[in-house]
Amino acid sequence: MIRAPRWYPYLMLGPAIAIMLLVVFLPLLYNIWLSFRNMSLAHFMDHSFVGLRQYALVLGDPVFYVMLGKSIVWTAVNLLFHALVGVSLALLLHGPVRGKAWFRALLVLPWAMPQYISALTWRGMFNAEYGAINLVLRQWFHLPGIPWQTDPFWAFVAPILVNIWLGFPFIMVVTLGGLSAIPVALYEAADLDGASWWQKFRNVTWPQLLPVLSPALILGTVWTFNNLNVIWLVSQGGQPGDRTHILVTYIYKVAFSYSRYSYAAAFSVVVLILLSIFLLFAMRKIAPAEAR
Amino acid sequence: MSARRRGFWTPGRVLVHAVLMVATAATLYPILQIVAISLRPADRLYSTSLAIIPPDATLEAYPTVLFERDFLLWLRNSFVVAAGVTLIGVVLAATAGYAFSRFRFAGWRAALLAFLVSQLFPATMLMLPLYVIMRHLGLLDSFAGLAIAYTATALPFCVWTMRGYYDTVPVEIEQAALVDGATPWQAFTQVLLPLVTPALAITALFSFMAAWSEFIVARVVLSRQSLYTLPLGLESLAGRFQTEWANYAAGSLMVCVPVMVLFLVLNRALISGLSLGGVKQ
Repeated sequence: MIRAPRWYPYLMLGPAIAIMLLVVFLPLLYNIWLSFRNMSLAHFMDHSFVGLRQYALVLGDPVFYVMLGKSIVWTAVNLLFHALVGVSLALLLHGPVRGKAWFRALLVLPWAMPQYISALTWRGMFNAEYGAINLVLRQWFHLPGIPWQTDPFWAFVAPILVNIWLGFPFIMVVTLGGLSAIPVALYEAADLDGASWWQKFRNVTWPQLLPVLSPALILGTVWTFNNLNVIWLVSQGGQPGDRTHILVTYIYKVAFSYSRYSYAAAFSVVVLILLSIFLLFAMRKIAPAEAR
Repeated sequence: MSARRRGFWTPGRVLVHAVLMVATAATLYPILQIVAISLRPADRLYSTSLAIIPPDATLEAYPTVLFERDFLLWLRNSFVVAAGVTLIGVVLAATAGYAFSRFRFAGWRAALLAFLVSQLFPATMLMLPLYVIMRHLGLLDSFAGLAIAYTATALPFCVWTMRGYYDTVPVEIEQAALVDGATPWQAFTQVLLPLVTPALAITALFSFMAAWSEFIVARVVLSRQSLYTLPLGLESLAGRFQTEWANYAAGSLMVCVPVMVLFLVLNRALISGLSLGGVKQ
């Protein structure tokens, strides 16, 4: 510890805390206040208290439950494939591989690219007539093209594919780090016992990997649940006809395209509560021991 | 030697390499697409060719986007915003991380957790109230408004990273300086900070990138075209899909390549920062 006046750490911490209060916690409270009023573009200055009306609108509208379901599907499918692809590639790369450094560097590139550029480029690739994906399907596999931008189902699959592509490198890198930290002695002991490849994976690799992987997966869950960029840019703001939204993109659309500010505020308070419940359970896994 | 090489290539290993190559090809394909499209001549945008280098490849899209579009203006705007965010981010993270690392005070745990939690609630949730507040304060269509929002998203990670690095420096080094008559502030700025320059670099880079590649908040805060940052500008090119596709690709590539090189160089440092910053078990 450093010997300094009692107020000294507070002085050092002050500016950072001030900006966080101003830009994160104050807006959070303001958002809650807004959710009890009726602010919209028409009532920007003369809004009034309406109690729980916005909440009743949100929870009484089937659209909320549809979006919630889609958010869960979006998050679950993405995380499943991030883990599956990321862990598999890491396991392959961890073995004896020629050109390991090259594979590793090239496979990380989707993570290195600015997300908006990836998303916009994929949007072009999903174009039904001239996009690369349908061209590959037609010219290489002689299959009919897929209506990526006009069919609500495929228009939702498209951003999922993009996000899987974007997200697996993070899990791969974390897994590689975890794998290199497993003591070789554990495998030697398993070899002595005549363990098969699968038994070594089940009883050594996986249990050793899990503590490294689970915080990454929890972070990934939150990042994916809250990811606006990919769906917004790939589906051009929810096309066709607002059928590709998840909760966060829908809130964004309602707030900034339809200017229903208080409704969007109530909507985001509900989502925040859901997210907080998830984090409350997940927190124990990611917070370092000293902060628990 | 050749016998040993044959010994290396067992059927299983050939399969592993084949799978890795297919995965790498699939990963790289969209990036190669950007290259391919940027090389297309303006009258061949509706091409059904899958060749990475089109038969009549041309570089004309590059000067077009540089000098006949607002690319340089977007570049300047992005740079101004990102530089501001970096400056504020580094200063605030360096001091706050120091307080967390070198002192235990009332509210230490709560404040540390508050930084962690705020990182998990993304800017998208705060965008609506921020937008309304900025509109009331006249901060819309200003770089200041944008920079404030970006700082808040980057700061928690930076504070945790700085704190993690300070923790690896023995406190005795500063205590020695204090015994020699330095004030705590001198010990911090002249003894500790020079020892953590790699962490300062990572904090700076992270803050810069957070601002450099952000689209969703910028779209809400900035509506005047003269203030557009690179993401907004490039999106406006991609939006005019038919005419500007090659220009979009050329511009994207020019933005992407330096960013990707930086990322690959600093990848390890960023990840160790991430783990030192708290995700480590």
